[in-house]
Amino acid sequence: MSNLDFITKLLAATLAMGTSLTYATLGEVFTEKSGVLNLGVEGTMLMGALSGFAVTYFTSSLILGLLIAILAGALFSLIHAFITITLRANQVVSGLAITMFGTGLANFLGKKIGPELNGYNLVGLNLPVRFHNISIPLLNRLPFLGAFFNVSVLTYALYLILPLSWYYMYKTKYGLALRAVGEAPRTAAAMGINVNKNRYLYTILGGAFSGLGGAALSLFFTPSWNDGMTGGMGWIAIALVIFSTWNPGRVAIGTLIFGGITSLQFAIQAAGIRMIIPAQFLAIAPYFITLVTLVFMTINAQRKEGHFASPSALGVAFAIDEK
Amino acid sequence: MEKIPVVELKNLTKRFPGVIANEDVNLTLFEGEVLALLGENGAGKSTLMNMLVGLYRPDEGEIFIKGKKVDISSPQDSMALGVGMIHQEFMLVGNLSVAENIVLGLPDLEIRPPFAKINKKLIELGKQYDLNIDPTSIIDNLTVGEQQRVEILKLLYRGANILILDEPTAVLTPGESKELNKIIKKMLSEGKSAIFISHKMNEVLEFSDRVQILRKGKSVGTRETSTITKLQDIAKLMVGRDVLFSLEKGEYNPGDIKVEIKDVSIEYKKSVRPLLNHINLQVRAGEIVGIAGVAGNGQQALSEAITGLRKITSGSININNKDMSNKTPIQIINMRVSHIPADRNKMGIVGDMSVGENLSMKKYRTEELSHHNIINKALIKIFANKLINTFTIKTPTQYTNAKFLSGGNIQKTILAREIDSCKGILIAVYPSRGLDVGATETVRMSIIKQRDNGTAILLVSEELEELQMVCDKIAVMFEGRIMDIMDTKDATTEKIGLLMAGVERGEM
Repeated sequence: MSNLDFITKLLAATLAMGTSLTYATLGEVFTEKSGVLNLGVEGTMLMGALSGFAVTYFTSSLILGLLIAILAGALFSLIHAFITITLRANQVVSGLAITMFGTGLANFLGKKIGPELNGYNLVGLNLPVRFHNISIPLLNRLPFLGAFFNVSVLTYALYLILPLSWYYMYKTKYGLALRAVGEAPRTAAAMGINVNKNRYLYTILGGAFSGLGGAALSLFFTPSWNDGMTGGMGWIAIALVIFSTWNPGRVAIGTLIFGGITSLQFAIQAAGIRMIIPAQFLAIAPYFITLVTLVFMTINAQRKEGHFASPSALGVAFAIDEK
Repeated sequence: MEKIPVVELKNLTKRFPGVIANEDVNLTLFEGEVLALLGENGAGKSTLMNMLVGLYRPDEGEIFIKGKKVDISSPQDSMALGVGMIHQEFMLVGNLSVAENIVLGLPDLEIRPPFAKINKKLIELGKQYDLNIDPTSIIDNLTVGEQQRVEILKLLYRGANILILDEPTAVLTPGESKELNKIIKKMLSEGKSAIFISHKMNEVLEFSDRVQILRKGKSVGTRETSTITKLQDIAKLMVGRDVLFSLEKGEYNPGDIKVEIKDVSIEYKKSVRPLLNHINLQVRAGEIVGIAGVAGNGQQALSEAITGLRKITSGSININNKDMSNKTPIQIINMRVSHIPADRNKMGIVGDMSVGENLSMKKYRTEELSHHNIINKALIKIFANKLINTFTIKTPTQYTNAKFLSGGNIQKTILAREIDSCKGILIAVYPSRGLDVGATETVRMSIIKQRDNGTAILLVSEELEELQMVCDKIAVMFEGRIMDIMDTKDATTEKIGLLMAGVERGEM
């Protein structure tokens, strides 16, 4: 295997792996930018993965599966929105509860709603249809970059969604309102912006993206249903939000790095390259490197700008008549 | 000329849980006039105005604008009616640009705001009113004075012709206030009408045509400004009792030196000049030494050095004849030094803790309030109630969170705690900043009472009038140096003013 081949393959694996991570991270960027911290991403992704898989299994429709996964994610984050925005409960507590609830419910349903033949279990089933890579002729022959033109429609969609999200956030009046709501909600309210409406909207949007990210796993990457199949991806997404400095334009950088290291680690093991380092250490490498990068980035941002880019009102409930 | 009412508030009532903020308030603003709204902190002025701009909804009552009954349910409604407000706390988003802040929330804004066009219009408006602001600057990088000008620019851009100005000069330096007042005057000369809230009487007299006074949420009267001959009358209406504009002070009998600052300097790597530059100062028992100066000339660094909050790089600070340079705050607290900090909300209280807990924060570790490190709640209850009564702190109960009190009562809480624990030395930094006449009087009287009881007091203030009224000696600081120290009787306003601006004694 030539080096070029290896890198192209690695890139392909990175893109496949990074797709669901990118959806989840982007969603959380929107949610947090509005001032709502949603730690329920992991649970929401699992619900998306499960519902997408189940619906596609029974209806053979990928579109329907995807839609239901988005809907499930939106509904799940609606719970979080209601608890934290309307009832003004602590966002950390509610988010953790959403993750526990989502994880438990998805695992439970995965054993109950499957076909009778499989003992009502969804684990171990194959999908009648799944998302496949679509290659664009000529472009896919480019060295290195060819990998970018041999991906699933879920990844192609991101090529559009990411720049549009950046444009939306920094160039439109809706994005202006969104940034103001997360930074200075009282000011936003005084300027006639409905703070809580905005927060509901972007919390639900974030959940919808998480659900979609989960479905991208079960309908494309794996493609199957397994208990806890996200394997902590929801938590990585939350960390990568910080890495992106809450900027949709930078989301892909973090997800590519994390996806890349994960894929590299798989590739090294698969290639059977004998290493002195045990495989377990390789497996923790992506998490470890993410952690180190985050710490480094935080310190650097603090030193350079004197403050961190996080939305000032992140995690704080809002009511106009309270000091 | 017949007077046409542009704003009429009829029988407005607003209740918050446990408090009636406004009760049956009537208010009329005529076209082209300036109405000053006066009242103590917590009298309900801001609440009333927030109802007019649609941030709060009135529980009862009606609002008429230009003779028409209106239903203002959001700030966008009031904006559409031409009502614009400058809030006490700036309504600006720190990490957005000036232009972004100004167009934020405009209902007819294009989906992709045309910032090139907006910036041009802002620069034109800025020129017209002498507001030199670059529309592309980020708010966080602007000074407080510049931020205030952005607020003005916002009103102008939005075409407001009914202006509500809620203490617009409260956070500005005297120079900045003067500039701002010029701009406001120009806006008013164009026929706009305004409601003006301020604690500064000279501004009220300068700007307003009429004054209306609120007390405890109710309107207690209006006066034509031209008929006001004595400030005492207005102050009496506001507070509900006579207010002394000069204070009784005991004989000046200075005792031993309690605080001695010898050649103290603080070098600070981030600034070119040292924060403190070879400071020498003594404070004796039974004497009030005032520190005058424009904010940011080292007064705060000095008070923080004495109280152990900031390290000094050379020199020494003696407290009660003991070298206390660079000791920790608790060591200095144990010397019974009391401190009224400059920023009362950030350094003076814990907003989310009760008034009682805030009051006991200096003494909770002593045997007076705890036993073997277990806090005795019963003792704290008695202790807190005693202080609340002595200092007439207005709070629903001692279990109310401190942040819900008005500025004046927060300051009284700090004053109560510090004076109660004080044994001989008090460092007070801007103790009456932002307070109304009634609360200011209480604060000043408490400080003078301490001095008469033999406490050594260092008082940092920006108000010359306060320093001249309260202090025995006045030192003037400029760029980290003490320019001069003089007896209060020699400290004329002109002399202090020149020293504050950095003019050396020899040059006068």
